[in-house]
Amino acid sequence: MRFALPPLSALSPTGLLFAATGAIGLWLPLVQFKPNRIVAGQGVDLIAALPGPAGWAVALGMAAILALGLAAGRGLGLRLGLAVLGLGLSLFALGLAARGLMPEGNRMARVSPAAGFWLQFLAFALMATDALARLRPGIRTRAAILAGAVAAGTGVLASGWLDRTSVMIEYAARAEMFSRSLWQHLLLAFGSLGLAFIVGLPLGIAIFMARPLRKPVLTLLNMLQTIPSLALFGIMIPIFGWVAAHVPGAADLGVAGIGPFPALMALFLYALLPVVSNTWVGLSSVSPAVRDAALGIGMTPAQVLRQVELPLALPVVLAAVRIVLVQNIGLAVIAGLIGGGGFGSFVFQGLNQTAMDLILLGALPTIFLALVAGIGLDLVIETLSRQKHRSTP
Amino acid sequence: MIRLDHLSKLYSGRAVVEDVSLTVETGQIAALVGTSGSGKTTLLRMINRLVEPTKGRVWIGDTDAAKIEPHLLRRRIGYAIQGHGLFPHRTVGENIAIVPRLLGWREAEISARIDELMQLFDLDPAVYRDRLPHALSGGQQQRVGVARALAARPELLLMDEPFGALDPVIRAKAQDDLRAIQRQLGTTLVIVTHDMEEAIQLGDRIAVMDKGRLLQFAPPSEILTAPATPFVEALVGAAERPFRLLSLSTVDALREPGEAPGTPINPDTSLREALALCLWEGRAALPVSGGGIVTLAALQARAEGASR
Ligand SMILES: Nc1ncnc2c1ncn2[C@@H]1O[C@H](COP(=O)(O)OP(=O)(O)OP(=O)(O)O)[C@@H](O)[C@H]1O
Ligand SMILES: [Mg+2]
Repeated sequence: MRFALPPLSALSPTGLLFAATGAIGLWLPLVQFKPNRIVAGQGVDLIAALPGPAGWAVALGMAAILALGLAAGRGLGLRLGLAVLGLGLSLFALGLAARGLMPEGNRMARVSPAAGFWLQFLAFALMATDALARLRPGIRTRAAILAGAVAAGTGVLASGWLDRTSVMIEYAARAEMFSRSLWQHLLLAFGSLGLAFIVGLPLGIAIFMARPLRKPVLTLLNMLQTIPSLALFGIMIPIFGWVAAHVPGAADLGVAGIGPFPALMALFLYALLPVVSNTWVGLSSVSPAVRDAALGIGMTPAQVLRQVELPLALPVVLAAVRIVLVQNIGLAVIAGLIGGGGFGSFVFQGLNQTAMDLILLGALPTIFLALVAGIGLDLVIETLSRQKHRSTP
Repeated sequence: MIRLDHLSKLYSGRAVVEDVSLTVETGQIAALVGTSGSGKTTLLRMINRLVEPTKGRVWIGDTDAAKIEPHLLRRRIGYAIQGHGLFPHRTVGENIAIVPRLLGWREAEISARIDELMQLFDLDPAVYRDRLPHALSGGQQQRVGVARALAARPELLLMDEPFGALDPVIRAKAQDDLRAIQRQLGTTLVIVTHDMEEAIQLGDRIAVMDKGRLLQFAPPSEILTAPATPFVEALVGAAERPFRLLSLSTVDALREPGEAPGTPINPDTSLREALALCLWEGRAALPVSGGGIVTLAALQARAEGASR
């Protein structure tokens, strides 16, 4: 079925979108050449950026892939292969352009990916995800693909092929700070998630059991959620600054107006609403007949909660984990503003210095982390809900 | 034996069950019938203390139910409800094993009991034991619900409209099976039902309730031949007596002007069906499509005329 050839006349609408995106990408400058890292650069297009006929060869290759993607119903496996090839080609072109354009021994000049590269990369990435989505791979296959993609990305970076590009030069200058930021970022995102669960799960259970608590708690959390993130991080500074100065022992415990602590608290507060409300929704969605029967045959209320209500609420609670984690990986960037570390440090340094490459050094890994976390958790949630239906005939 | 001793339940001052006393002998079936909202479920749930009585006592054998921890009391009493209440995340076998596990039975004993009960309820353990409830038919789920209630060999089984969700054919079979199994195990059974036919078929004694009060508690034959009040008579009549005239005439004949809430009934509906509707839904009048109403009073007057 997969490789059956359809009538060639049919055009795939998504293929059309990818081809258009890719074509604009071919037309726009592939990279920007800047004499130093903060001046505005000059766009260089694909043909000019690559040495000799390489530019033409790559451009034709990409055009061919996009054109093949146009025909509807072409084998999905083939499409996926082509898309991956396209991704490889665009990375190859970027690396080659950086190598060719950087003058020997010049440590000031920068070659940054420009709109052309981003659009090409986007077009092939969309083509790949589209083909993948239609292939409907099983959970295991998807987990393998995710692992493969992460490995491939790491491999490309480790190979050194892109080392002359601006972002990688920024990285090379800050390799140590980068790995520290990575850990800080993960700590902020997972730490706040953990805290939100330690506090939010019991709170969700409490508002489920004690009706009068429900409204005030949810209203308060909803209000917290509507505070703009920058403002919330800002509010943390005077509050915890005061606490650190006036509550004996607080400062020794790491409480401070700036730094990781207020950032962690802000993320924690944002995470609280999804955790509490999903716990409550999950628990309330348990059928009254099941609850009644559980009590009626002699389970204690604690046993009903542990053995019946919480397990049945689990999928909804896990959905909260996913929301919170992806949300917090993104929001943790703002920690950079109040000295909380993480990839946000690069972003805000970059903004201060108007150094786009430095901003990217913070933004790209954040996006990557959020994507991997989101897809990974989807896989976990699906695996669990499959297990729940394991004995379906 | 179970004895209810002047049981009452008040919700914000309103009596939902009022001064009910009755005794069910060991191994007997008592069927609780009455119109919707008459307090059947509340009465049943006071027996295993899912509802705490406002006044009165429940004796199970010679123990006062109020003197035992509620969850320990409930482990001695089977409980099965409409919609079965099976745990959707546990297999059939695990569902049946719940109470024996709570009571700390040994695993081998539990496993044997699961197989024994499944066979008793006509469910092949090899096929169904490891299935989740959603992979069973409604009738099978209902049987697992009853099997679970009987798992720890309770002396007493409480059922609240256990067959309410089943279609009539399966329902009749389920009733027969329940009766047979109850006789075989000798369990005392209190069953709430909406259906007088079901009460007559299953009950050794029938308790008729109206507005929280127990109107009559007697064997079916006595309920049929010597109804204690006109209400009982009407309730029994609606289900059991051949109201020829009522069955022969349609609602059109008793239609009178007025308004009543609810979905209008067809003017071709028989008077007997209209009476049954009024009684089961506890309504004083039914709207008739095309305008007008038919009242319970008019129907009862006609029924009395018919039974003479
Ligand atoms: N927790 C409660 N709080 C207040 N009123 C209640 C409560 N439970 C039941 N009632 C009221 O008590 C009355 C009797 O309810 P119950 O459920 O016992 O009736 P029932 O005979 O089982 O009715 P049905 O046949 O419809 O199941 C109803 O009017 C109901 O609204
Ligand atoms: Mg009821």
